[in-house]
Amino acid sequence: MPGAKERELKRRISSVQNTKKITRAMELIAATRVVKAMQRANEAKPYAEQITNVIENLAAGGAEADHPLLREAESVDNVGFVIISSDRGLAGAYNGQVIKAGERQVMAAQTDGADYTLFLIGKKAGDYFRFRNYRIEAHYEGMSDTPAYADARRVANEVMQAFTEGSIDRVELIYTEFLTMGSQKVTVRRFLPLEDTETMAEMGSGDQSALASFEFEPSAEGVLASLLPRYVEARLFGALLESAASEHASRQRAMKAATDNAEELIVKLSRDMNQARQDAITTEIMEIVGGAEALGEDRGSDEDLLLDFLVPDHLFPDHPDQHEHHRS
Amino acid sequence: MSLHVEVVSPERVTYSGDADMVICRTVGGGDIAFQPGHVPFVGVLEVWEARVIRPDDEDTFAVHSGFVQVARDRVTILSDVSEPRADIDVERAEQARQRAEQALSDDADDAEAAAAARRATVRLAVATGGSADSH
Repeated sequence: MPGAKERELKRRISSVQNTKKITRAMELIAATRVVKAMQRANEAKPYAEQITNVIENLAAGGAEADHPLLREAESVDNVGFVIISSDRGLAGAYNGQVIKAGERQVMAAQTDGADYTLFLIGKKAGDYFRFRNYRIEAHYEGMSDTPAYADARRVANEVMQAFTEGSIDRVELIYTEFLTMGSQKVTVRRFLPLEDTETMAEMGSGDQSALASFEFEPSAEGVLASLLPRYVEARLFGALLESAASEHASRQRAMKAATDNAEELIVKLSRDMNQARQDAITTEIMEIVGGAEALGEDRGSDEDLLLDFLVPDHLFPDHPDQHEHHRS
Repeated sequence: MSLHVEVVSPERVTYSGDADMVICRTVGGGDIAFQPGHVPFVGVLEVWEARVIRPDDEDTFAVHSGFVQVARDRVTILSDVSEPRADIDVERAEQARQRAEQALSDDADDAEAAAAARRATVRLAVATGGSADSH
């Protein structure tokens, strides 16, 4: 029958094994989802590129619109922050990093004497800032896992509305940029006001061949006015998609580490358990051997131990009992 | 010589192929057709159909606003929502139209309902192959 220590270890091993199964499953799921998320991010690129391309052509065509989204405030009294986190945890440092970066930005704005307005995406960011009693303007859940364009549009419209109304003078976008499978980086980007069209064009693909002779309908300014909100939406959508891919990649890495750790722990615990069992067996054998020896000694010799002890030979060489005993 | 046509939604490229002519409707400019050799052009699209015409057949999309850019015989239609004829659920579009018209009759200034009615009408027109004007 196994000892108490062995039983205890056996229980721990099976619990670690269960945990390992779960983390392994989560790792595999995250691995497939990160591929899908990357694919979505890539599929969304043509639209953003084409919009930038149109803006390039508008800039080349000399359209200078006095659009509210381009208006630079003279003094920044209130900074908006769009922070993209995830709804679910177990993604390593993914949420922590982006939230910390966001909080630092908010503090930096406060030391500059500006107020803040928070637009939070993802349950984790909401929980964090609510717990610390920040004022939250808007909080969106259920879109960070697989963002749809309609989600991006909803958030972008609220942010744009607050900006055009003048209640915020600048908006920063804080999200996790997806560089490669192995590296994602928290990034802070200026979201609003937009850079002027020429700067935007320079940031684009740079396909600025001599196409200045574009015709615009209804007019260059009219096209720009309806294009800029789309551009803002597309940028937010791109950030959401990259964040989703980053989230899945982070989760995959975290779960892989957890699975590896569980494996290591199982090996270590198995060794401990084997040793405990061996110890128990050794002790048992010792007990049996000891017992057997004691019994064997008792039975194997004819010496009467008690008598030998009571009347030792060297003290009573002539004791009758002693002689009688030896003779028998 | 032919045009290369791409219909791009924010989520992905929904259509890519060659055509002889593309017809769509721009805001303020009415219907416009593009053939190879068209001057570079950028226009804001109405909620309307876009027809991609090939020698033997054509594809029709319901385009719910967006942009069209033409340059170097490439036509790019950028639209939040663009549905090819085959994807349109006639029954749903009909229901949406009735709902929107109901809302409009209650409140004639309801811009959202007006837009919904417009979208549903275009959808139905594209799906049944008729012209959106007749509705």
